[in-house]
Amino acid sequence: MTTQTQDNIIVFDKVNKWYGNNFHVLRDIDLNVRRGERIVICGPSGSGKSTLIRCINRLEEHQEGRLVVDGTELSDDVKAIDKIRKEVGMVFQQFNLFPHLTVLENLTLSPMYVGKVPKKEAEEKAMVQLKRVRIAEQADKYPLQLSGGQQQRVAIARALCLTPKIMLFDEPTSALDPEMIKEVLDVMVAMADQGITMICVTHEMGFAKAVADRVIFMDQGQIVEQNTPNEFFNNPQTDRSKDFLSKILGH
Amino acid sequence: MADTIIFQSKPAREAPIKTEGLVPWVKTNLFANWQSTVTTLVVGALLLYYVPQFINWAILTATTTTNADACRADGVGACWGVVKEKYRLIIFGRYPFEEQWRPLVATLLMVGLLVASCTRYFWSKWLIIGWVVVLSAFFILMYGSLFGYFDVFGLTKVTTDRWGGLPLTIMLATLSIVLCFPVAICVALGRRSNLPAIRTFCTIYVELIRGVPLISVLFMASFMFPLFMPQGVTVDVLIRVVVGVTLFAAAYMAEVIRGGLQAMPKGQTEAAASLGLSYWQTQFKIILPQALAMVVPGIMNNFIGLFKDTSLVYIVSLYELTGSLGLALNSDADWRPYKLEGYLFIVSIYFVFCFAMSRYSLWIEKQLNKSKLR
Ligand SMILES: Nc1ncnc2c1ncn2[C@@H]1O[C@H](COP(=O)(O)OP(=O)(O)OP(=O)(O)O)[C@@H](O)[C@H]1O
Ligand SMILES: [Mg+2]
Repeated sequence: MTTQTQDNIIVFDKVNKWYGNNFHVLRDIDLNVRRGERIVICGPSGSGKSTLIRCINRLEEHQEGRLVVDGTELSDDVKAIDKIRKEVGMVFQQFNLFPHLTVLENLTLSPMYVGKVPKKEAEEKAMVQLKRVRIAEQADKYPLQLSGGQQQRVAIARALCLTPKIMLFDEPTSALDPEMIKEVLDVMVAMADQGITMICVTHEMGFAKAVADRVIFMDQGQIVEQNTPNEFFNNPQTDRSKDFLSKILGH
Repeated sequence: MADTIIFQSKPAREAPIKTEGLVPWVKTNLFANWQSTVTTLVVGALLLYYVPQFINWAILTATTTTNADACRADGVGACWGVVKEKYRLIIFGRYPFEEQWRPLVATLLMVGLLVASCTRYFWSKWLIIGWVVVLSAFFILMYGSLFGYFDVFGLTKVTTDRWGGLPLTIMLATLSIVLCFPVAICVALGRRSNLPAIRTFCTIYVELIRGVPLISVLFMASFMFPLFMPQGVTVDVLIRVVVGVTLFAAAYMAEVIRGGLQAMPKGQTEAAASLGLSYWQTQFKIILPQALAMVVPGIMNNFIGLFKDTSLVYIVSLYELTGSLGLALNSDADWRPYKLEGYLFIVSIYFVFCFAMSRYSLWIEKQLNKSKLR
């Protein structure tokens, strides 16, 4: 068990979660994520993909089983949750930027108030991240003045400002127009080369093939199949995944 | 391959029906259809009938002599002499006549700082120090000493039951507004808390206060509250009234603020949580700035209402602006018939303050909307 926890940055051990009393949304999830691994999660709508990754930074709590992130077990312990949230960055489908703050303020907020970094240093680091997502010239604008693709890149930069060990993406490109999808995916591909652990819920198969070490297919709250992208797309093992792939690749 | 078709752009031309300018404005706003034409004509006729009459009464045939007999003469309209004669009593209430420079200075200080506090230029730490200084100065000037200290100024003591008029109105309104705002924020957050005890407490508080009229709250603050105090301990009626008004206003304000909190998308809280911000950091940096900005009109509505509600303190024998008008006129048989003029006088004072607040609220809204502009 201990050796497992050491090279695995995330360990799901028989994790179960219910919404309310009788909606069993995650069922016996067993999943180990290696340090630096890049995982793509796909599956039909309502299969529990978002719920699964939101458990990792405790936006949702699980009721049964063990979930260990970077050596810290998630429980009701607030300190543990704070520690994990500092190490896990998250990017949402709807961007969730803070509209009353400028782009730069969005990026420096958490380093300044959570990381206790002095303002000047936080701003310098923020500019580095903004350059990395190629949007430095927009630093003083407000989020709603930017295009969707630009907003999502700001959101990525914001998550990176805490220098997280793990990045979670929940359908980062689903709310974007096709020409903006590419600019966001490019940023994510560039990030994938830097050794950060990435878990990404997406149906962008091109991205999965180019970047992922492993594809996880979920249905009805369970992990149905996991494999390398090549194997998964060319040689799916189960009827559910074959059916799903035929739907998203079929036309 | 076919030849490329050249795209021909059409030149812009003027709109056939004008929508801007005076004539189109009159047409669309006053005479758009027969209903609005009838309304315009009726309202216009009423204005033509009443406005000249009012001007005639208020200005043309009005008299400004401070002689009540002159007002009784035939054909005389408004009798502004009553204001000239009684304005000190109306504005300062029962405050000792020779000492009335003190409430004047105190009120000017307070209003000056209020205006400064509303200006972006002054938004800094110094403002808090300014408030401490001005509030102390206000009470020293009004009372003659601060909690019994600072007698060195050699001012005679004026107990709070002699305070009155506009200074009392402004002080009650300012203190209640400043104090009720943080209380309201806590209650609004409390009603959305995950902790059932806090949630229940805040809900009961809001429902209880909303279920009773302000008059009864004031009445209880004034007459029942002392019954529960230990023997020998007295709290000044003014403080009890401020506490009463504050708690009352806070319940309403809390509901306005809660409306703004409800409208916040869940994603904002989640994004803040994913960045590691604590509950309080999330509320103060992310949620409240946006939620409050959404409900500025409602908040200002409550502030304006609160400003005018202070007139109810006559129930506990405090005579603020409205109360001191009654005091000034009821005691004098000569001038008693000219209440209307007196009321128009204080109405204009109320209006100046309320209108300023409402304009300020519009300005705030404009400032806050800057980040929403595309
Ligand atoms: N807060 C909640 N309360 C109750 N049920 C919920 C809640 N959030 C999600 N669900 C339900 O749980 C199931 C899984 O939701 P989840 O968002 O994890 O699915 P998903 O795989 O991310 O789907 P999608 O691809 O549409 O985003 C869905 O059926 C959803 O209706
Ligand atoms: Mg989802």
